[in-house]
Amino acid sequence: MSYIAGKRVFSEMIQKIKEDGLYKQERLICSPQGPEIIVRFPENAPEKKVINMCANNYLGLSSHPEIVHAAHNALDDRGYGMSSVRFICGTQDVHRQLELKIAEFLGMEDACVFSSCLDANAALFEVLLTEEDAIIADRLVHASIIDGIRLSKAQNFNFKHSNMEHLEEKLQETQNHRLRLIVVDGVFSMDGDMAPLDKICELAEKYDAMVAVDDSHATGFIGKTGRGTHEYFGVMDKVDIITTTFGKALGGANGGCVAGKKEIADLMKQRGRPYLFSNAVPPPVAVASIRVLDILSQTTERRDKLERLTAYWRKGLTDAGFDLKEGNTPIVPVMLYNAKLAQQFSKELYDEGVYAVGFFFPVVPMGQARIRTQISAAHEKEHLDFALDAFKKVGERLGVLGLKKKEILAKFGE
Amino acid sequence: MDEHKKLILDYVKREYLEEDDDQEVTYDTPLISGGIVDSFSMVSLKVFLEKKYNIQIPDAKATPQAFDTVNNIYKLLKEFRPDLP
Repeated sequence: MSYIAGKRVFSEMIQKIKEDGLYKQERLICSPQGPEIIVRFPENAPEKKVINMCANNYLGLSSHPEIVHAAHNALDDRGYGMSSVRFICGTQDVHRQLELKIAEFLGMEDACVFSSCLDANAALFEVLLTEEDAIIADRLVHASIIDGIRLSKAQNFNFKHSNMEHLEEKLQETQNHRLRLIVVDGVFSMDGDMAPLDKICELAEKYDAMVAVDDSHATGFIGKTGRGTHEYFGVMDKVDIITTTFGKALGGANGGCVAGKKEIADLMKQRGRPYLFSNAVPPPVAVASIRVLDILSQTTERRDKLERLTAYWRKGLTDAGFDLKEGNTPIVPVMLYNAKLAQQFSKELYDEGVYAVGFFFPVVPMGQARIRTQISAAHEKEHLDFALDAFKKVGERLGVLGLKKKEILAKFGE
Repeated sequence: MDEHKKLILDYVKREYLEEDDDQEVTYDTPLISGGIVDSFSMVSLKVFLEKKYNIQIPDAKATPQAFDTVNNIYKLLKEFRPDLP
């Protein structure tokens, strides 16, 4: 073994990441996930209690007693792990129950559960499409969809973000392909806006294309009964495929799925490499996810509260003079445009007791740096008031209140 | 030569900029390193060139560097179409 050359190359790579200001440091959370967490940052710093404004814990179920209890029971009843991929000896009754339950919740015929939605997206395109087919994706789809598309042999077309004229152009351009699949995120994770599924489904019908939606940032809370963006836009019967995760609103552990027509779910199990070569989700996760879906099917209380809190948070930030990305989902990006400003803002928020991370290129387009805040049904109004105060203090200190894009860039640079 | 560069530039603007985007893009503007075109959406540009000029650009040649400016793209195009000015 000789690691000499490797060490030099890898150290240079790390150095470059640091020089570019893109080095990511983990913040150690020393408590369960929730609206208030105990954090050590940097690693050797003393523990600090902060308000959490950046988890995907939309419905506040990550540490919910009923979910924890369901997982505990499953640990006793079905054990800890499967030590197998699904098709050899890794599928328990609860895995299949979860598939049927999520399919029903989403209004689909069937589903195939994977270890993550990243795995679901890695399987989807490669399994269903060949070089004869075309994928037409929104340019801002999640990285895992881009990776999934790259794994397939289908031809890759893409359209400007949520631009329906451009989508129609691409549909016209691809008329000679055997199958065409339009792919979007239901809710785009960085901007918090929704894909206009009503218009997309209309175009899909007109041009005889299928529609796939990654609803990871929507399942459980978007739409009147939380079924997702297809419910919100009234097209539950028109979306062909939904990929989603159990790792965000639905308990937040891990696991994801492809839901759709029977043939699609079946093909995932016959040919999906992440299904065939990766372990099944642990039984406690499967059982707790079933419990989550049961709770969400009984009451819309949590998603209703989330909707109210989101409106309250948006109004508070807007009234304070922050520049927000428009939208009505619990992803509320506070636009700062300049990368260094976003980093500084996040740091000062932390000092004020609020945990919210800055995002900048390459995670978002250049000149679009921001603090992405995310609301949870586990938040109370008091948490948001505290966070709002911190945002105002830092905003005032850094001189960004009341400024729009051009003024911020003029003041802080590109 | 300028006729072809203009054609490519017009396509880039139409395909990658939003209508309200007042960003100035010239033959030397970095498209990929400048964040206008990303590696995922670059494929549209490749398909456009292949169809328009009736060529096949192998993936190995379609590098982010070769596609980074209109000038670079034209240089690449000339490799496949030496008849162009």
